Amino acid sequence: MHLISATGLSVHHGGVDVLADIDFGIDRGEIVTIVGPNGSGKSTLVRALIGLERTVRGDVTHQPGLRIGYVPQRLHIDATLPLTVARFLCLPRWVGRAEISAALARTGVEGLERRAISALSGGQFQRVLLARALLSRPDILILDEPTQGLDQPGIAAFYRLLADLRRETGCAVLLVSHDLHVVMAASDRVICLNGHICCQGAPRVVSAAPEYRALFGLGTGGALALYQHVHDHDHEHDVGHGHDPEHPHSHPHDPEHPHSHPHDHPHPPSDEPPHAG
Amino acid sequence: MLDDFLIRAALAGVGLTLATGPLGAFVVWRRMAYFGDATAHAAILGVALSFGFGISVYVGIIAVALGMAITVASLAGRGHTMDATLGVLAHSALAFGLVAASFLTEVRVDLSAWLFGDILAVGRSDLVIVWLGALAVLALLAWRWQALLTATVSDELAVAAGLNPRREGLALTLALALVVAVAIKIVGALLIAAMLIIPAAAARRLARGPEGMAALASLIGALAVLAGLAASLRFDTPAGPSIVAAATSLFALIALVPRR
Repeated sequence: MHLISATGLSVHHGGVDVLADIDFGIDRGEIVTIVGPNGSGKSTLVRALIGLERTVRGDVTHQPGLRIGYVPQRLHIDATLPLTVARFLCLPRWVGRAEISAALARTGVEGLERRAISALSGGQFQRVLLARALLSRPDILILDEPTQGLDQPGIAAFYRLLADLRRETGCAVLLVSHDLHVVMAASDRVICLNGHICCQGAPRVVSAAPEYRALFGLGTGGALALYQHVHDHDHEHDVGHGHDPEHPHSHPHDPEHPHSHPHDHPHPPSDEPPHAG
Repeated sequence: MLDDFLIRAALAGVGLTLATGPLGAFVVWRRMAYFGDATAHAAILGVALSFGFGISVYVGIIAVALGMAITVASLAGRGHTMDATLGVLAHSALAFGLVAASFLTEVRVDLSAWLFGDILAVGRSDLVIVWLGALAVLALLAWRWQALLTATVSDELAVAAGLNPRREGLALTLALALVVAVAIKIVGALLIAAMLIIPAAAARRLARGPEGMAALASLIGALAVLAGLAASLRFDTPAGPSIVAAATSLFALIALVPRR
């Protein structure tokens, strides 16, 4: 049995199909990366898998007793609520001091126990969220664009941490990435989403070839990999219309066939200016 | 000792603040100030209906306050904003309550006592009800504390952890209805929300954690009750408004403390 599985999952936002007929399953210890252009329903998919979205069709099934460690894309905590990092990590389950400092150290933000949540930088808060997710001893970690705002070495370090955590705890990892081509090398599977699943497969590990090193910079330690999209269909007719039942999209994959997906060329991964984390 | 009306008033007020401290903290954190107002205003309708049907005032208030809270929760999210929904319901509940009270010709209802409270008229049985109600609210909040706090931080984290934020919200609604029912004799329907919000807002400046803020809110509320009663005695002012005025003075004093 999959940890989480979905069959024929469809989600509407304001009457428009955001997701249509998604079949998905993730197994124990598996790392799955979801990529896709803006508005392709990546966040909606992980939210639906957790149970945060109303689905119009289809089913989401959790393994009985499944423990989810969720790191949302954004989290606003009202300033009227005084909350230290240590207290935040004790929600909803009380954990001991030693466990708290171990979790913070594991995610690279040791010693922040007494700091107010509101005084954390974006990068620190992201790691505190991950520490909190770890404390629930999750069967699966679900992270929605956790590398947003990190520079490339930061992204590589974060991916290495996730791969280590998978190895140590055996938890599955479901990751949403805004980068269409450069993904976590440890991903067992990459799913390209655009309202439906366009294609999926294993990423290609970036070799030591000089042109790749020039593209990905030094010191990323093999944490990054390329994902080669294999699309057999064209998306122009889909734009703004949502799912179109007249054009079924489950054609057999044809790796030789050139496709006109708007994002089929690798681009330098840091197209946003890095800012301090 | 309980024969003295002042002692009874002080005990009733302090008992109430046991509940309004932690509950008020949640009202502030979850931005439910107006929601608290609507629930409290609905209590007047509850009073009128209780006299009309000859049932216990407490039962009538709790029933109407709960009905109001559930109506608000189901109306919001159907195309109306929470703000507008509460704006409609808070004032209409008060208006309908006052209209309904005017139909009661058999029993004369002393409206001002219900609107502004009459803490100096608290009897022994009221005292028992206030303390039982406050302890019930405190027990409910303590029982749901971790889940409520998680849902307050983020509904999404709560759902991912297997909690049901809607059910936790309902617990808070029930606590609010209970507090309104026991507080109406003390500060009156119009000022209940003030006893929830002002001490909690004052406590925010001094607190480092949620539990500390809740406890400090109770402490500040209790000080306000004692100071308000003393002022009421000395200056011959109405007790309920004096208590709220004292709470506001404490809020202002604490606001002057420089931030650490």
